Order: sequence, then C-alpha cells, then structure tokens
Amino acid sequence: MKLTLKIWRQKSASDKGKLVDYKVDDVSSDMSFLEMLDVLNQDLIDKNEEPIAFDHDCREGICGMCSMFINGRAHGPDRSITVCQLHMRSFKDGDTIYIEPWRAAAFPVIKDLIVDRSAFDRIQQAGGFISVNTSGNTQDANGTLISKHAADTAMDAATCIGCGACVATCKNSSAMLFVGAKVSQYALLPQGQIEAADRVRNMVAQMDLEGFGNCTNTGACEIECPKGISLDNIARMNRELMKANLN
Amino acid sequence: MSGFFKSSIGRKVAMALSAFFLMFFLIMHVSINLLSVFSADTFNEASHFMGTNWLVQFIMQPVLILGVVFHFVLGFILEIRNKKAQGVKYAKNNGAANSTWMSRNMILSGFVILAFILLHFIDFWFPEINHKYIEVLPEDPTRYFGELQHKFMSPLRVGAYVVAFVLLGLHLGHGFTSAFQSMGITAGRKKTLQSIGKIYAIIIPAAFIFIALFHHFNH
Ligand code: HEM
Ligand code: SF4
Ligand code: FES
Repeated sequence: MKLTLKIWRQKSASDKGKLVDYKVDDVSSDMSFLEMLDVLNQDLIDKNEEPIAFDHDCREGICGMCSMFINGRAHGPDRSITVCQLHMRSFKDGDTIYIEPWRAAAFPVIKDLIVDRSAFDRIQQAGGFISVNTSGNTQDANGTLISKHAADTAMDAATCIGCGACVATCKNSSAMLFVGAKVSQYALLPQGQIEAADRVRNMVAQMDLEGFGNCTNTGACEIECPKGISLDNIARMNRELMKANLN
Repeated sequence: MSGFFKSSIGRKVAMALSAFFLMFFLIMHVSINLLSVFSADTFNEASHFMGTNWLVQFIMQPVLILGVVFHFVLGFILEIRNKKAQGVKYAKNNGAANSTWMSRNMILSGFVILAFILLHFIDFWFPEINHKYIEVLPEDPTRYFGELQHKFMSPLRVGAYVVAFVLLGLHLGHGFTSAFQSMGITAGRKKTLQSIGKIYAIIIPAAFIFIALFHHFNH
C-alpha cells in the first residue's frame, strides 16, 4: 500500500521542529509499524538525508521504549499494544498517518520522536523500591504469606512498563497512572508496608516537582495503556497518600 | 496535613469534597423549588423559613458561598496548572477515542455554571439581601411565590436557565463519579454508582428545567 506520513522532525531539544511529509510506497500489511519506519529510514540514508530518530529496543512490547503518538492516539489505533506490536494491517492504502512524539512539559523532545522520560526514573528513585537485607541472611520469599488476590493485583500493577503513554494521552499530562501502578505494586504486598508512608509521599512529591499535571479522571490513560493498568491504582495511591498523612 | 493539600492529590481531594458539598446542596435546593409546582403556600412557608432562620442565613449561606467560590477558584487553578503541564499541542489528537466530551470539558461546563450563578445572584440573591438587610422592608411571608413567577415570565431568562442546567447535567455526568474516584473510592467506577451518577446528573437539572418551564407557561 501507499501512505502519506506526517512525521515530527526536530533537530535538537532547542530546535523548533515541524511536521514533514513523506510518501512511502510498497508498504506490506505484514510489516510492523517500526519496520515500515526502518524501510523509510533506509531510503533516507540512501538519499543522504538524516534518518528519523525514534526510540525502540525490545520490539516485543516489554521495554516500553517505542513512544509515538500515531493519528492522535498513543501507540496508534489498536488497544493494549505498544508501537512495536502495531502492524500495517491496521491502516488502509492511501491513508495519511500523523506521527508525533509524546507531548508533555515533563517529557521534553530530545530529537524527532525521542523524548526524555528520565522524570519517570527520578520518581521511581524517590520511593519505588523496598529495602532488603542481602548480606546472606535473605529470607525465603515463601516464608511471607501473601493472598492470591493480593499477589495477582500487585502483579497486575507491576506489569507497567513505564512507557509514558498515560502521560502522552492525558489532557493534563498527568503521570498518576504510572505512579499509581508503582505505588500499588508495593502497597499490596507485606514487603512494601515498612516504607509505605514515605514511599507514597516521596513519589507524589517528585511527580509534582517534575511538572506533571493533575488527574481529572477522564480515564484516557487506562484506555491507552498497553498493559491495561487500571484506574483503581490511582484511587489506591490517593488512599495511600491520605493514610500516610493522617498517621 | 497542610502539605497534603498542597500536593496534586490533596487538591483533587479538596475539589471532590467541595463538589460533594455542592451536590448535596443541589438536592436541598431542588426539593424546595419543587414545592412551588405543587403548592404556592407550602413554597412560601419553606422560603420564609429559609429566608428568616438565622442558622440558614448566617451559617449555612456563608458556608455555601465559600464552598462555591472555593470550588471554582480551585477548578481554575487546576486548569491553569494542567495547561502548563501540557507542553506543545499535538497536531492531531483523537480525544474522543478514549474519553468523554464531558470529562474533557469540565472547565467549559463550569464556566457556564459560573455565569449562571452570577445571573442567579443578580436575579434572586441581591434583591433578597436588599429587601432584608439593606432597605429592611417589612417581611411578607407570602411574597416568594409571586416573585418566582414574575422571574420566569421572560423567555430569555428561561432559555438561559435551560442552557445552564443542561451544562450542569454534563458537569455532573462526569463529576459525580469522578469525585468518588478522587477520594480513592473505586466504587465510583462500578456499575451501581455509575448508574446513580447518571440518574443524579439527569434528574436534578431536569427538575430545575421543569420548574422554570412550568412557571413560564402557568401564570
Ligand atoms: C453547583 C455547582 C457545581 C457542582 C454541583 C459541581 C460539581 C462538580 C463535581 C462533582 C466535580 C468532580 C470533582 C472531582 O472530580 O473530584 C467537579 C469538578 C470540577 N468543577 Fe464543578 N461543580 C459546580 C460548579 C462549578 C463551577 C462554577 C466551576 C467553575 C469554573 C466548576 C469547575 C470545575 C472543574 C474545572 C472541575 C474539574 C476539576 C477536577 O476534576 O480536578 N464547577 N464539579
Ligand atoms: S501505566 Fe501503562 S501507559 Fe502508563 S507508563 Fe505504565 S504501562 Fe505505560
Ligand atoms: S520496543 Fe520495547 S515495547 Fe516497543
């Protein structure tokens, strides 16, 4: 199929950037979206032009690197997938496709479609961990009893891959689905209790400091999250923060 | 605790608390107004009571005004902060694919409600305050029904009321369940409360609209 791509090109963080049109022919419906861009990039290299910079790593939906806003939606039109899992069969011959980087003040563009998501790392470092004695006296994990329900819910929260689609799609650029998932994955387990109050306080404080917006419960993040992280995690984070401040 | 209300989540909780208060107030307000449809005398009695009871006048009324002001000022603050967090706008953004129009336009529906509240103050509240506390006119416990009927004669005013209450319905269509979620109550997203929210967001504004139309066509 033949497609028109409108791709955001921006030389550097300080460059203004603009959408540039590219015509691609011979796109197979079996190609993945990233393969389609690989072919375009090879063409650009052959013509001595600058290839389009985009993030990617695992190409199997687990690393969270591939970050593109495609035709007005994070990771494109399909549900519960990342861009690397998106295939060209989701588009039609003759389509025009807008490809833009994640937009949020806290995710500045580095180049073309690549944004700086280190704000997420700093939020994680502020409290997304537990302290464990690893000096040879490590307790057997099965020694701590955990209900199946709690283990499953914690695991669901832990499937967040930190891709930032929730922020990208949110009209408020809120990071609450991500932070809610990270807070929840520990809040649900006994190992997470000791540092629970400090964790939620510090992670929320860091989230605010990074300049993410405030959730207004539109629910867009839950729909666009490739891992189906539930809004229940935001509610749990809110409860955890209230609890931390009441004690 | 003051640190809590300065955090993003604290502000959500404050927003939700003020919203719960306003939603409770709306039930009281619509109940009294509905009396005017059934009996002019009962409506006059209730209005006279509300208008002369010191608890209502000097405690509940100021609290209500503070509640409204608090809610929309915080709403504006949240909107401004969220705009700042956004960065560059997308060339193409398909918001309808993942969220409702109501949820994305709370500030717009809020604005219309605010404009309505101002009109409402000019219509009813300022004349009331003038009557009672500035000119100190003699109280006639039967004056309220007539005043109400008189207000709803103008089709322009009735039209403005209808538009405002439709927007209130949209504000509440998202706001009712949203407020539960903000408080960390996940039940807000379960079937039961979703249904109650829908019913509330339709019935309350519809009742206000009905009252306005009723008096417009029956006087
Ligand atoms: C009687 C009048 C009103 C009622 C009953 C009401 C009700 C609500 C409710 C239930 C919410 C959801 C709260 C939450 O998600 O935590 C809300 C949010 C909101 N309201 Fe109102 N509201 C009223 C008037 C106004 C006015 C006058 C404005 C002025 C602009 C306004 C602006 C907003 C905004 C911007 C939000 C979204 C904030 C957020 O979710 O974080 N509201 N309102
Ligand atoms: S919550 Fe979902 S959308 Fe947000 S970072 Fe995690 S996986 Fe990505
Ligand atoms: S490249 Fe790893 S999730 Fe897409």
